[in-house]
Amino acid sequence: MSTTIDTYLINEINPLPFCPGCGHDPLLKALNKALVKLQPDPTKTVIVTDIGCIGLSDRYFTTHGFHGLHGRSITYACGMKLARPELTVIVLMGDGGCGIGGTHLLNVARRNIDITLLIANNFNYGMTGGQHSVSTPFSGITPTTPMGNLEGAMDLCRTAIAAGAGWVYRGTTFDKDLPDRIAEAINQPGFSMLDIWEMCTAYYMLSNKLKKKDLVGIMGRNNFKYGLVANNPRPEYGAQYRATYVDMATPEHKPHAIETKFDNNVTRQTGIVIAGSAGQKVRSAAGLLAQSSMCAGLSVTQKVDYPNTVMTGHSVSEIIVSPERINYTAIDTVDYFVLISEDGLKNTKSRIKKLPSTCRLYVEKSLELPHTEAKIIRLPLMATAKKINRLSICIVALAALVKDSGIVNLDAFAEAITAFQKPAAAEISLRALEEGSALIQTGQEVNCSRRTVHNKISNQP
Amino acid sequence: MGLEFIEGNEAIARGALKAKCDFFAGYPISPSSSIAYHMLNKLPRVGGVAIQGEDEIASIGMCIGAAVTGAKAMTATSGPGMSLYSENIGLAVSGETPLVIVNVQRQGPSIGSSTKGAEGDILFTRWCTSGGQPMIVLSPATVLEAYELTYRAFNLAEKYRTPVFLLTNKEIGLTRESVDLEQVELPQLMDRTRVTIGDSCFSYRLKALHEVPEFTDIGGDQITRFTTSSHDEEGYFTSNHEVIQKMIDHYAAKIESAEEDIALVKQDIEADAEILMISYGITSRSVAVAVKKMREQGYKVSSLTLQSLYPVPITMISKALVGIKKIVVPEMNMGQYIQEIQRLIPAEVEVVGVNKMDTTLLSPDEIIERGILS
Repeated sequence: MSTTIDTYLINEINPLPFCPGCGHDPLLKALNKALVKLQPDPTKTVIVTDIGCIGLSDRYFTTHGFHGLHGRSITYACGMKLARPELTVIVLMGDGGCGIGGTHLLNVARRNIDITLLIANNFNYGMTGGQHSVSTPFSGITPTTPMGNLEGAMDLCRTAIAAGAGWVYRGTTFDKDLPDRIAEAINQPGFSMLDIWEMCTAYYMLSNKLKKKDLVGIMGRNNFKYGLVANNPRPEYGAQYRATYVDMATPEHKPHAIETKFDNNVTRQTGIVIAGSAGQKVRSAAGLLAQSSMCAGLSVTQKVDYPNTVMTGHSVSEIIVSPERINYTAIDTVDYFVLISEDGLKNTKSRIKKLPSTCRLYVEKSLELPHTEAKIIRLPLMATAKKINRLSICIVALAALVKDSGIVNLDAFAEAITAFQKPAAAEISLRALEEGSALIQTGQEVNCSRRTVHNKISNQP
Repeated sequence: MGLEFIEGNEAIARGALKAKCDFFAGYPISPSSSIAYHMLNKLPRVGGVAIQGEDEIASIGMCIGAAVTGAKAMTATSGPGMSLYSENIGLAVSGETPLVIVNVQRQGPSIGSSTKGAEGDILFTRWCTSGGQPMIVLSPATVLEAYELTYRAFNLAEKYRTPVFLLTNKEIGLTRESVDLEQVELPQLMDRTRVTIGDSCFSYRLKALHEVPEFTDIGGDQITRFTTSSHDEEGYFTSNHEVIQKMIDHYAAKIESAEEDIALVKQDIEADAEILMISYGITSRSVAVAVKKMREQGYKVSSLTLQSLYPVPITMISKALVGIKKIVVPEMNMGQYIQEIQRLIPAEVEVVGVNKMDTTLLSPDEIIERGILS
């Protein structure tokens, strides 16, 4: 800046629009003085407001202005500051906004994002008729507390400090040093907040016979500190974000593209349902089967179903493999059904009862099945997995399926495991693949001959 | 990248990154959360910012704050989160803010079934905020389309200075498919048109009612003002009823006049067909199977798949109505978009809905039996 800016208020639309004696007028003038002292570039400064009389303020400044929803000004300000760290972002909010947007106050303090919050605290909702707010003193008379306020006033400073605010000040619009305090707040590298008490001459002051000198008295009676309440600087969020996530970012995990290098035996759309328990790695194992099918040149979809719990309940994956593009992702006529746990059984019992005779059902041998037309292949899946790692049960089961069905080559499955799992997990999975496929040669009820899928595929669309 | 096996939610994040999205804020909710995971992991690496808000209101608020400083912002949620976005969506509309909002639909109402799919938010999205202004809503049917339409959503948001919705579904978001994103043909990337004149404070200057005002960045060289209150072309609050009506007309005109530009409709028209299928989202994939089956049996059936739901692609729908005696509209809800179709078509055309909201997909057979053959 080559020339000094002598005001940040737009002179032609003065005077300010507030009631005679309203505290917002001296507050804005104090903010103006603070800006004149600091001389920020107006094009790099934004005043953010929301609803209430103080929300009229942004338009009176020569800086950028943003006027948003009640109590949400902090959220817009945070978005601006995170997206453009070079901006000076000042929020003007009333005590009403501190109530409806209380969580934003807590969270900006907790995150320590470098915005300055000026709270024009006049103990009531001045614009909407003087109703009580979170800062209305005990016994205060308002249209919504006609016989006196029974709710305690929130100590906004202590609340912000409890949430982690580093620089917090309480004062009144009558304080001579208010412009200097605001300038100090703007200069803080993290979140700073001023709880500025003032008069609402339209409502609260009249209903409660409040006088200028009473403000500091109310603070004292409520044990609310006056002056600088906290000055404990700590690292600012945006600066930490850029230092930690951008400059020091951990190397990105680059997934492999899948290469088609194997043949398949699939001539028609084929549906495979895999039912187990959450925590049994059903989704990831089914995903590996899918990826191995892609290695064999097939189109694949994986539709999942699980409850909103995490490590309990069922986990069902429906895999469709097809030489053509797949549309409908559910499976009405199942070609292969893999059942590895009681949770899976519980969730799919009615479905198992309806399986057609063309379906091959691979099931952990300890499970009691309902009557079904499907060809049942009982296998010691759990016992086999336990020899390796109990979480490998789904790979064990799918290895048996792949070996028995010949949908894809076991080598394609091994390829997917090696390509997409971390080395330690892949080692376990490869053993599971070996042991699982070996079950087909040793299984008592199994026809060991390798089948081609098109021999027994149903009329799945 | 080549051939991959990814879910729709990842495709959305990848589409956003392809569109140079540089700000994301979202609050965890099934089934949308994995969009946030991808954005939180990827954005900082390309110089952007992604953050988990303290709630949905903060998340969309931060996106709006970033967007007015020039960022390309996106947020993602599901039905309950959309409810909390509502007021800020109105703010974004009246502030003419480019923003992409993803709704990965789940079974409602309210909490409903958090991990189950549905298409119950169609009319909710159209009418999701007070005031009744038009919205732009896109709806992908596949993982590939989730990628493509997210990219297109950013272009539309920039071009029309408005929030654009990507209305997807758990059944796309969490379903993985074999895809090659590089094969998707994408249009040229667009950026909002910015003010070039020297005046300040003209963030809403209207050259014509239907034209999109040039954008001025908060933090840019020209002082600008953003407000959700009724405002004039300089962004000042106004109570002048003529100015207020003009701005309201403008919000409608800029979207409605662009109906054909926004329209994304896939046509599968068969000569002499008397039956027309109209579908969107995951259900359109069941329709494709049903249509194929019916044609194999000798039926003549045409099909429109709507990738853009709003503004209603009236022109393209009207063109497909020639000779049609019956329209079938299958939906994973109790009959929502069918209402848009019913108000468009002549009374002599029969309109049949096939509806279900039990969290399972409508099957091709259900669509045939309850729709085409009914």
